[in-house]
Amino acid sequence: MTDDYDTLPLIPRNRAVHPDPYDPGYKTTMTRAPSLPLLSLDSTVTEQTGPVFGHGVIGTLDNNLILNWTKGEAPAVGERILVHGRVLDETGRPVPETLVEIWQANAGGRYRHLKDTYFAPLDPNFGGCGRTLTDVQGHYQFLTIRPGAYPWPNRGNDWRPMHIHFSVFGRAFGQRLITQMYFEGDPLIDRCPIVATIKDRGQIEQLVAPLDMSRAKPMDFLAYKFDIVLRGRRQTFFENRPEGM
Amino acid sequence: MTQKLTTLTETASQTAGPYVHIGCIPTFAGLGAIYPEDLGGSPISEGAKGKVITITGSVYDGTGWAMRDALLESWQADASGIYAGQPNADPAVTGFCRFAADGTTGEFTLRTVKPGRVAMRDGRMQAPHIAIWIVARGINVGLSTRIYFSDEDNATDPVLSRIEQRPRVETMIARAQGGESYRFDIRLQGDGETVFLDM
Ligand SMILES: [Fe+2]
Repeated sequence: MTDDYDTLPLIPRNRAVHPDPYDPGYKTTMTRAPSLPLLSLDSTVTEQTGPVFGHGVIGTLDNNLILNWTKGEAPAVGERILVHGRVLDETGRPVPETLVEIWQANAGGRYRHLKDTYFAPLDPNFGGCGRTLTDVQGHYQFLTIRPGAYPWPNRGNDWRPMHIHFSVFGRAFGQRLITQMYFEGDPLIDRCPIVATIKDRGQIEQLVAPLDMSRAKPMDFLAYKFDIVLRGRRQTFFENRPEGM
Repeated sequence: MTQKLTTLTETASQTAGPYVHIGCIPTFAGLGAIYPEDLGGSPISEGAKGKVITITGSVYDGTGWAMRDALLESWQADASGIYAGQPNADPAVTGFCRFAADGTTGEFTLRTVKPGRVAMRDGRMQAPHIAIWIVARGINVGLSTRIYFSDEDNATDPVLSRIEQRPRVETMIARAQGGESYRFDIRLQGDGETVFLDM
């Protein structure tokens, strides 16, 4: 990736591969989805640039959720897993040195958050967030525990499948993405109204991380692989001043 | 049949959910001990050039309720219109901030410097603005808008100019309240709905 590439305009977002903003199956969207169309325009330097975070902000245990809450004193309870993958853009280029943040429930499905009142207990050894920078080839990895499924107030008896929340910056504010990773084989995926806001079956499958025994460590942890694709940049050989701009 | 395109498809967004603060502003969620400080706590540091301003507002849902769980991010140029990472940028301006609606009042506050005008690729100038990104439970794809300023000349701004219904321009303009204070409310749906961008 060259600095030149980082100044190019972004490929317009294909909204059809994203969830419907308004979806009665996920009730809260009904009061929070805009009812008017988005204003679609070519990106400007504002969207094409973005914050860059250096290694200075990342602590050595930040990508180890098994140990980061206790600063290495005691491991969290749960099934030990490695979650790894690459951050790429739509053109297939790796996104180097970009910040990836995750947060998740503990093994019992309980979040360490003031607002979570689920009666599954907190794990004194588990905080539930982590962060890392991708390497020059876009690789990242986290050591964590598999989060539990949990019930949530929506329809009468809705449960979230096991999932890890991901926040990715890319190198442009217009690439900013928050998504969720699910686990291969979880029967709750197909029953989840939040998953079902995505209408493209292939796009749902791209959120389901397969078991990856090639990265599992014998007698220690299993591994799941989760690649993330951000918006790419558009080559600009023929630039015209757009009508009305 | 045709040749196969080799482009990849962007990963689908999913809602940030009610517990987004754990990952993005751990102190807000009660996890203050996890990192030395929250990332993006301030877009400026001591010595930033320009006028320091404070923007307050709320994010309202379609019923008019000020959301208590919204998380916002801002990205802006420095007082000269230069973004961090570009040549000659103000080293005291990262330009990035994360802030949350208050859990009790629903009000957010952004303290920053007023950005300068920013040039487009073709040389035309954009009026001073701050890009805003909003996520929360019930928002399936993060919402983008911009904060412009009522005490700036916004007449020729290339983005605001593209809003067909002229009264809607006002939804992207922070109101000067005297001194260094501005008010900027965001309405997700219905009356006075904010213009959201797809750029
Ligand atoms: Fe969750």
